[in-house]
Amino acid sequence: MLQLPDHNFLIIEERPLKTIYFILLLLISWSLSAQKAELIKLKGLEKIIQSPSEHILVINFWATWCAPCIKELPYFEKLNQENKNAEVILVSMDYDLDPNIEKVNKFVARKKLQSRVLILAESDPNSWIEKIDKRWSGALPATLIINTKTGKRELIQGELGDGQLEKLIIKVTN
Amino acid sequence: MKSSLLMILFALLWAGSPVKEGYEVGDIAADFTLKNVDGKMVSLGDFKSAKGFIVIFDCNTCPYSKAYSERIIALNKKYAPLEYQVIAINPNDPSKSQGDSFEEMVKVAKKKGYNFPYLADESQSVAKTFGATNTPHVFILTKDLKVSYIGAIDDNARNADAVTKKYVEDVVDAMIAGKPVPFTKTKAIGCGIKWKNV
Repeated sequence: MLQLPDHNFLIIEERPLKTIYFILLLLISWSLSAQKAELIKLKGLEKIIQSPSEHILVINFWATWCAPCIKELPYFEKLNQENKNAEVILVSMDYDLDPNIEKVNKFVARKKLQSRVLILAESDPNSWIEKIDKRWSGALPATLIINTKTGKRELIQGELGDGQLEKLIIKVTN
Repeated sequence: MKSSLLMILFALLWAGSPVKEGYEVGDIAADFTLKNVDGKMVSLGDFKSAKGFIVIFDCNTCPYSKAYSERIIALNKKYAPLEYQVIAINPNDPSKSQGDSFEEMVKVAKKKGYNFPYLADESQSVAKTFGATNTPHVFILTKDLKVSYIGAIDDNARNADAVTKKYVEDVVDAMIAGKPVPFTKTKAIGCGIKWKNV
């Protein structure tokens, strides 16, 4: 009989705890799935490219309107999850054609993108495309892989194949 | 003896250097023959009175091509009477981009009222020879097919009214006036050409 109040007490206490856990879980999953893309200017992007990093930078230039870009996004998401030596940054180029960034945020939320997403908010592409990489034509998709410690870099113009990213990372690492 | 050794050395060096794909400004372009949306075969050489060409690698599906289609029509309207012929070429592989099939090209040309050739580069060999990378990608040629300019139409894809540099118009106007061209090479964000799988 003495056990009963304790038992009741436990049941009463369990409910709010469960609710708190549930809310926490919701918040965590929400924060994971609903990241907002950050607007960045060219100077900011150049700083990322030029600053020494412990990681191999994997910068993918993409846009929500670009079908081959969307097709290859899972490669970058997988790399971001699995390769701790790589820092994946997805740079949206949507702003050039449509400065309404909500479209990008909605896309990021819908696809639950986990990699860091930036939106390059610059106009007059001719004045800055070569500052990102001299070889780049400006066509999407394009991917820049940089070892900031050695300065080794690879630029891939066009859609990537399966396993190609890992090979390129090894190439700039060695 | 010495000179023949040198020649062999040069030949070896030459063979070792990678083959450069695509034209640079100053190169002479090779003429080509491609099928137009009206079913007829078209070459640059067909335009006997042309003083120059505005060759534009373009397509149906790319949002940049869509953003520029009215401006391309306007370029033709302005420069066709001045004998600078607009030639649009679609290099996209229709198996990668269904909206770029020949049938779809015919539809788009009809709907938009293109009164310049819109050619299908089915083998993609013309785009490769020129070194086109994206759509729209412009190559301005003299009547002798010398490449005078490679790049974008202007500096603002989003808004034709906000353009500050009309690259193509300024280049063609300079050519008409017999002056040096103000731009030779520009770059723009665009859709990568949908290449066939090798």
